[in-house]
Amino acid sequence: MVAETQTNGTEDKSVALSDRVLDVRDLRVSYHTPRGAVRAVNGVSFFLKPGERLGIVGESGSGKSTTALSLMRLIHSPAVIEGGQVLLNGKDLLHLSEEEMRRTRFADIALIPQGAMNSLNPVMKVGEQLRDTIRAHMITEPKSALNAHIQAVLESVDLHVDVMEAFPHELSGGMKQRVCIAMSILLSPKVIIADEPTSALDVVVQLQVMETLGRVQNELGASVILVGHDMGLMAQFVNRIGVMYGGKLVEVGPVRDIFKDPLHPYTQLLIGSLPTLESKEMFKGIPGLTPSLLAPPPGCMFHPRCPQAMAHCSDEIPNLIEIKPERWVSCHLYNGNHA
Amino acid sequence: MFVFVIFVAASINFLIPRLAPGNPIGAITSRMQQASSGIENGQAMFEAYRERFGLNEPMYVQYFTYLWNTVRLDFGFSLSAFPAGVWEIIQPSIMWTIGLITTCVIITFVLGVAAGAFMAWANTPSIVKMLIPVTMVFAVLPYYLLALLLLYALAYTIHLFPMGGAYNSAIAPGFTWEFWKDVAHHSVLPGLSIVLSSLGLWALTMRGLMVNTIGEDYMLLAEAKGLQKQRILWWYAVRNAIPPQLTQLAIALGHVVSGAILVEIIFAYPGLGYLLYQSITNSDYTVIQGITLILAVSVGLAVLIIDLIYPRLDPRVTYVEESSG
Amino acid sequence: MTTPYASETTTKHIGLTIWNAVKGVFNFLRENWLFALGFSLLLGLYLFGVIGSLMVDPDRASMGANPLNQRPSLSYPLGTEGFGRDVYTLMVLGIPNTFKIGILAGGVGVAIGALIGLLAGYRKDFLDTFFSSAADIMLVIPALAILITISAYVRVMTVELMAIIVGLLSWPLPARVIRAQTLSLRERLFVEVARLNGQNDLEIIFLQILPNLTAYLAAAFVGSVSTGILAAVGLEVLGLGPQLVPTIGRTLFHAFQYSAMFRGMWWWWGPPIATLAIIFTGLFLMSISLDKYANPRLKGARRG
Repeated sequence: MVAETQTNGTEDKSVALSDRVLDVRDLRVSYHTPRGAVRAVNGVSFFLKPGERLGIVGESGSGKSTTALSLMRLIHSPAVIEGGQVLLNGKDLLHLSEEEMRRTRFADIALIPQGAMNSLNPVMKVGEQLRDTIRAHMITEPKSALNAHIQAVLESVDLHVDVMEAFPHELSGGMKQRVCIAMSILLSPKVIIADEPTSALDVVVQLQVMETLGRVQNELGASVILVGHDMGLMAQFVNRIGVMYGGKLVEVGPVRDIFKDPLHPYTQLLIGSLPTLESKEMFKGIPGLTPSLLAPPPGCMFHPRCPQAMAHCSDEIPNLIEIKPERWVSCHLYNGNHA
Repeated sequence: MFVFVIFVAASINFLIPRLAPGNPIGAITSRMQQASSGIENGQAMFEAYRERFGLNEPMYVQYFTYLWNTVRLDFGFSLSAFPAGVWEIIQPSIMWTIGLITTCVIITFVLGVAAGAFMAWANTPSIVKMLIPVTMVFAVLPYYLLALLLLYALAYTIHLFPMGGAYNSAIAPGFTWEFWKDVAHHSVLPGLSIVLSSLGLWALTMRGLMVNTIGEDYMLLAEAKGLQKQRILWWYAVRNAIPPQLTQLAIALGHVVSGAILVEIIFAYPGLGYLLYQSITNSDYTVIQGITLILAVSVGLAVLIIDLIYPRLDPRVTYVEESSG
Repeated sequence: MTTPYASETTTKHIGLTIWNAVKGVFNFLRENWLFALGFSLLLGLYLFGVIGSLMVDPDRASMGANPLNQRPSLSYPLGTEGFGRDVYTLMVLGIPNTFKIGILAGGVGVAIGALIGLLAGYRKDFLDTFFSSAADIMLVIPALAILITISAYVRVMTVELMAIIVGLLSWPLPARVIRAQTLSLRERLFVEVARLNGQNDLEIIFLQILPNLTAYLAAAFVGSVSTGILAAVGLEVLGLGPQLVPTIGRTLFHAFQYSAMFRGMWWWWGPPIATLAIIFTGLFLMSISLDKYANPRLKGARRG
């Protein structure tokens, strides 16, 4: 059975291929530096079901933001998308022409960027920037109809319509983030990528923003990919979670299962390091340093720091395999290949 | 702030002749006296001048009368064209200078912004990107050298443009098409000297600003939104790079005017610069002072205008009556 | 009043700073070939002038010393002009003068500007407000106009005097740049540490902040020299420059007066323009290469 299943891990029994809104297969992205190619995203595969919330967690440098941005082909030199497929409802986004991709952006797949503080054009009124989005997709409606639509969207994110006449610097951090959320749902996309949308906000505002995001997503029936490193936030928000390390996905599964029973050693350490309100022990970190993506360790990326590393781990790179329904792990502990 | 500038400029004007060795004021008055002796009622006018400018009074009284007179645009009499008033002489030249400089500055700014934008934008065809630095070769030469070269090349050797003046004296000045065409023809070379020399620097700084702007977060979202490249370039990138560029313009205006003065002289363009040169040759101190003041006022006014426009371009900044930079 | 311990480290500190600076210069030249190119252009021209001055007979630069209006030939390599002066001699004698003016004016401008900028930026009190306003005002008033006015009154203009006058009017720009940098540097941790170590304000300004400004000072100096030469030549072309020694600008002035341009005497007005072009190209190359080290953020600079 092990030898037969496709080793990119996306052959799945529970969800038929046609039900997947987004299907990412073997995505590879490298940064070409004078010292060589840095493999930021090294063969990442996952899929997204309609209406679901998928979280992607990882340390800084694990490749999660790069993955998110490459889904929309927002990668610029020196970074290059080296290969793979990104199937949005069957259409491979990586093979579209520039113009076709431009039209897809925000119409079918949208982005809520990291750092909304600086993501709005400082010299343009908010309303103008929202109209921008709609007009760019050649939707020619009279201004009044556009405004009505924008107004409705703003209300759905709890913003007053007056916001349209304001400049970005006149808004608070939370408001700006909600403007970004509003912008992303203007054209009713099927997939929304939220790249650490709350990292610059304080805890109270974080909650508000995430609630807003969740609500609009449900109303829209869209799917969300939430990229971040805040496990607590993930636990509260997402349905499934994927853990990235060194440019690869090491574990994917329903969020509760992963928290209760993490399979990959890295995930185990990650969950273990989260402080709880009850225990008063010392903080537990993960020993070692993040791997160099320029000269990655042979075999499994994690094996130098892995407490359960075996001899085999430095020989062969493990694949992401579905070992239980809805549980994928990329580790030699689980695929029957022992030393 | 603007008022302060004028005040300081006027005071400098007042102080310089009085501080310079050789008693220029004495020279002024004695020359005037000489000139007046040959004119009917000249002596009386001279006495009136002395009174008006309080030259017999102690220094501080002179200072205040001077300031008061300046505000009323009363600069006294010209020394070489006595009894013509300084303001009378200066007035017609002002228009020429302001016309020339304003047009040149606007053209240079627009071209500089465009050039800088194209140089920094990744999607510009390489040919365009390589062509632009070529035009910047002229940036190395100061205005007047370029003026001399252009004069020689395009006016003397090839009679493409007239060699000087603002208009052909054969054509009567007025709001006729013929006249304006002639004016335009005459202003090409002086204008070109100023524009070509300054263009390089503006384009370069604009490019630098653009590079910074393009790295900003809102550019990412702009692209993510699926906006068309053209719109992103002009409305998101350039629009954000212009305010600091405008600031630089304000700072450099004094320099631009200085350069333009020399260009006017070379082309005998009847503006303030040329007038200044003539006054120097004639040692007409009062006119020199008047011109200096007017120049300072003009530049100050221009900077004030830019200051007022700035908040419209960069809404994060509000105009505050500031006393310092 | 310093304790022996403090003055000991101060001297060592200065020594180290200077040595590091020298090392830095060598590495810098190696990495910035544009700068080296510009610098060698200028150096070459300067040496041409200096060595040439030693080899020529200065009398040939006086009026009437030679036959008038001669085209370039073996005896007069650059010909003679309308007043009988040998153009080659004029150039060779004039070049060092122009350099002298440039460096002196540039030096004066940067020295004053840096001093004011440092003090104003560090102290941030009413002195700062005063000098900043003063600088802004002086930037607005066209310097050339003031220069012309001043020069018109000065009877005898010497090279040194002109350099000083030009320098005195060029302090605002360096002052602005240095002040902006000082403002940001003073917030840094090492200044705080120095203060806790007991260094007084002056010591901090000159021993801590100043060494970190070398890039800006260098860029400001090049810019100041450029402006200085520009202004000086401008004055000379108007006839307001030094009258007793040959200068490049004054040669042009005479050429202009004599309508040499329209009489086809290219050897009269050509060499000065070419020389100036070389000087400005050299300065331009140097300032471009320094630009990446010293790039004052203009955004918000106007608003303080």
